[in-house]
Order: sequence, then C-alpha cells, then structure tokens
Amino acid sequence: MSDSLQPCITTRDLNLWYGKFQALIDVSVTIKEGLITSLIGPSGCGKTTLLRCFNRVNERYGYVTTTGETRILGKNIYDPDVSLIELRKSVGMVFQRPNPLPISVYENVVFGLRIHSERKDLKRSTLDQAVETALTEVGLWNDLKDRLDAKGTSLQLEQQQKLCIARLLPLKPRLILMDEPCSALDVEGTRAIEELMFGLKGRYTIVIVTHNMAQARRASDECIFMLLGEIIEHSRTEELFLKPTHPKTAEYIEGRYG
Amino acid sequence: MGDGFGGGPASPGVLNPKAEIRKPKEIRKPKEIRKPKAEAASKLGRDMSTPQTDRAVADGFAVRRATRPAWAVLGERALEVLIYLCGISAIVFVLGIFFFVFKEAFPILGNKQFSLSQFLFSEQWHPTSELNKRYGVLAMIAGTFSVTALAMVIAVPFGLGAAIYLSEFCSGRVKETLKVVIELLAAIPSVVWGFIGLTVMSRLIVKYTGAPVGVNVLNGGIILALMSVPIIVSIGEDALKAVPDSYREAGLALGATRWQLVWRVLLPAGKTGLLAAVLLGVGRGVGETMAVLMATGHAVHIPHSPFDSVRTLTANIAAELGEAPANSDHYQVLFLTGVLLFLMTFVVNLAADLIVRGIRRK
Repeated sequence: MSDSLQPCITTRDLNLWYGKFQALIDVSVTIKEGLITSLIGPSGCGKTTLLRCFNRVNERYGYVTTTGETRILGKNIYDPDVSLIELRKSVGMVFQRPNPLPISVYENVVFGLRIHSERKDLKRSTLDQAVETALTEVGLWNDLKDRLDAKGTSLQLEQQQKLCIARLLPLKPRLILMDEPCSALDVEGTRAIEELMFGLKGRYTIVIVTHNMAQARRASDECIFMLLGEIIEHSRTEELFLKPTHPKTAEYIEGRYG
Repeated sequence: MGDGFGGGPASPGVLNPKAEIRKPKEIRKPKEIRKPKAEAASKLGRDMSTPQTDRAVADGFAVRRATRPAWAVLGERALEVLIYLCGISAIVFVLGIFFFVFKEAFPILGNKQFSLSQFLFSEQWHPTSELNKRYGVLAMIAGTFSVTALAMVIAVPFGLGAAIYLSEFCSGRVKETLKVVIELLAAIPSVVWGFIGLTVMSRLIVKYTGAPVGVNVLNGGIILALMSVPIIVSIGEDALKAVPDSYREAGLALGATRWQLVWRVLLPAGKTGLLAAVLLGVGRGVGETMAVLMATGHAVHIPHSPFDSVRTLTANIAAELGEAPANSDHYQVLFLTGVLLFLMTFVVNLAADLIVRGIRRK
C-alpha cells in the first residue's frame, strides 16, 4: 500500500555541520505523503536536526552549513528562490516543550493567518470560523470555547500542546513536523496527542521525532532509525521492529544501548 | 518477546542487584564517621526504631553538626545576620531619608503665614523678597513635568528601538561594541551633560529654531533623553533577552518575518520588562538635577512652548539651598519641595509596580 503513495519529502546526500561538527552525514530518505513517519535513535543521533532541516529552522543559528538536496512536494527547499516564509507556512512544526505564545488562545490560533494575510482580508467572521474549526479538530473547542480570551500559556500542558497543533491548521500545511511532542506530557496527554495524530493522518503528512520506542511503534506507519548522523534503516514500522535488517537497529530496539 | 521490548525488562533486572548492593553502603557511611560520644544515644535510637536506615542517617547528620567547630557555627550565624542586615538596609535608608527630609520641612506646615495650597497651586516664587514673600512651586512642577515628558517622547522610541536592535537584529562584534558604548553613555557624569546642554545644544537650538534663548524645555528634554536612553536600552534589552527562545522559534516556524516576530511576539511577551525600563527612565527624568539646572534656563515660569525657559523642582533645590539660612522659612520650604519630589517618585514607582503586577496577573 505504501509503495503507491507519493513522496512528500525526498532528501539526497543531505549533510549538515554545526560549525565543524558534522551532525548529518549523507542522509538520503524518502518520506511518503499522508503517513506518520517516526524518527528514532539514541540522543545526539541527528533526528531533531534532520527534522529541523525540513522547515530550515536550523538556519537561525549562524554557524550551521547544509549541503545536498531536500525536496518537499517536488521543490528543493534549499533553492535560492525559495521563500522561507512560504516554506514554513506549508510545513508546520510542533516543539518538544509546548510553546504557545503569551497571548490569548484565540490570537494563538489566528496568529498564522494574521502574519500571512493582508489586514483587509481578515474579517472577524473568517477568524472566528478558523478558530472554531481548528480547535474542534484538535478537540479543544468544547473545553475552551468560553475561555478564548485566556492566555495560551495558562492552559494545562496537554491543552497547550494541542493548541500548538491547532495554530498550524488555519494555514493548511501539507506537512507537520513534531519534535518529541509528548515528552513533556503525562500518559493521558500522550494518548490524547497520539489520538489527535491519527485523526490528522491522511490529510497531513506527519513526521515525528521520538525517544519513546513504544510510541514510535504504536503511532507510526513508517520508521526511520538513525545513528550518529546517518540513516541506518527505514522501513514500515512493523518490519523495523519485528525483522530489523541491520544489527545496530536490532540492538537498539532491544534496548542494548541508547 | 518478539515485540522488541524483550530486552527492556531484562536490562533493569541486570542493573537492580547492583543498585541494591550500592545503596546500603552509602547509607552506612555516616555510621562509620560517627564519634563514640554519640554512640550510646544513637544505639538507643536505633534499637527503638524500625526503619533503621533512616534513623542512622539522621543520627549521622546530628553528630556531624555537633562536632563542627564553634567558630564555624558562630561564623555562619554572623554571616546570616549580616546578610539579613544588607537585606533590610534599603528599607532603613529609605525611611531614614524620608524622616530626615520631613523633619526639616515639618515646621513650615505649622507656620501661619504659609499655606499648603499656595505652595502647590501658586506660580509665584519670591522666597527672598522683603515685603512680599511667596512660596509657590506650581511653575516648577510644570517645569519638571514638561522636561520629563519631552525627554520621554524622545527617549522611549529611541531606547526601545535600540534595545530591539541590540537583542534581535545584531550579533557578535557589533553587539558587544554597541553595548560597551551604551554603557559608556550611561557613565557620563550629569554635569558633563549640563555642559553639552549649555554650550553645544543651546547654540544648535538657537541656530536652527530661531529661539531667543537656547536653554529651554527643548534643550533640557533632549539632554535628559540622552541620559535616559542608556538605562532604557540596557534594561529593555535584558527584558527581551528574558523572553524564552521557544517563543521566537514558535513564531519563526509559523513563517513570521523578523518584524512580525518583534511586533507580535516579543513586544507582548516582554511588555512587563519593557514597561519597567521606561518607568526607570521616567524616574531618572524626574530626579535628574544638575544637567537640567544647566540646560533649562532656570526661569520660574509655566512653559507655553518647548522654547520657553523653565526651572525644575530639583534644580530649584540645588540652586537655592546653599543660600537659604538654615531653618529659615525658605530653607524649610525647599525641604518641603524635597518631600514633594519624594512623593512624586513614590507615586510613579507605585504606579509602575501596580501596572506590572496587573499585567502579570492577566
């Protein structure tokens, strides 16, 4: 089934250096559209770095150099004519610590619309509709519809993380990157976020970095195992966990190191 | 087993025995240190208690404290007291200063020839007149307010702009250089600013505006603005630096440009600190003496335009206190002006505090 899907992200010989330290080595990978793909591997293996390449948010640090090609939906995002603003509009990102902005829930959700549209196109009714749709989609509407003025930072962590996902949706991204989205949450919160991911699957391509192998196993369709900046194995999740082809993968999923 | 987590439970299993061996060892340590003197007491304690290990740890600590040399114990007490004194010294000094200033000013309030409403609402200031003494400071209140307000109109946009530039738009060597220069600016003595106002600025103002005198509200406002900018910049920059980086990443990842980031993320997130920066600038403006004394022209007069000369409350005290005979009415009125200044800055600070708290609660 997965073979028939279109590629969403294709990288070829992607290398990345933090100063002199090479964090990604010849990464060539194809991530398929509409699936949940998880990136696993021990700390420092480059999974977060790879994820942050896909919306070029790595580049805010001046000492990062990248070579190679990364195509997202057919377009090489390192081409000089690529607009970072448009790229980040279609590639949303969820961070490890929930980071809603210190403004109201409402303003958090419409933040993307406000920065990407002309002021005259933003009617109150459009915004209201966007807020309701996005919050309904992440399952926050019933809890928060009377508290849209509350500060985003005053919510519970789980709600904050859902809000961080909700604020991506009005921009209609094609791809959502998640950097350990559950590591700050408890069991219930983790379950809620995973359920939310299943709900979004198909309409959005989701790439998730996780430290939690059980989560990768439960929640992803495909799995990429990385080690020391290189991709060791990439296959369907069941295969990777049941029949790993590379001995390093087998040792990692058995918990021998990492 | 086949689920790939077979190794999971096994590895803690390997680790656990080690942990069990290690733990008691660590707990036993304090016992070995124990001095014979305390042995009997602790034995008694140990026999009675069921959770032996806890008891042993507690005893160990008790013994250690008892065997510390007396000077160390006393030294620590002394340090604690010293730190406590440092902590409350600010309160003591503020109360002391207020008491002293008020004590000098107090007798004038009981004087029949003096009226408080005249003091506050009259613009007649003739303290040395033989026949017609008048002590009205309204003109000077207006002077202080006009100079401070003009200074803030100039300093707040410049100061906050510079703070934003420093914290968000420049990096590396430029940033370091700028910060050093701005700190230098803050270190220039106010009397030197007064020179600049009196000579350079005053000539420029006469030349470009055609004002009859160059020492006026505009001059004082500009000088005061230049003096407040470094404070606003350094505190404002700290406020922006304190905004968590995750907010910037959130904004960037949503595709915000740098300006959108500043306007929609950093300013709302850092508004408490930025407000504090502005209010400290205001505090400086109200309290500054020497530079405004030299730059404003020292005329007791309610200003009608920025080109009018004024006198501020502070400058008036500085200029006249030396010539007022001690404990004369004039002297006491000057101290009362000091109390007024004190109250004004107190109100500004209190308002700032309340605003900041209000914002935080939201």
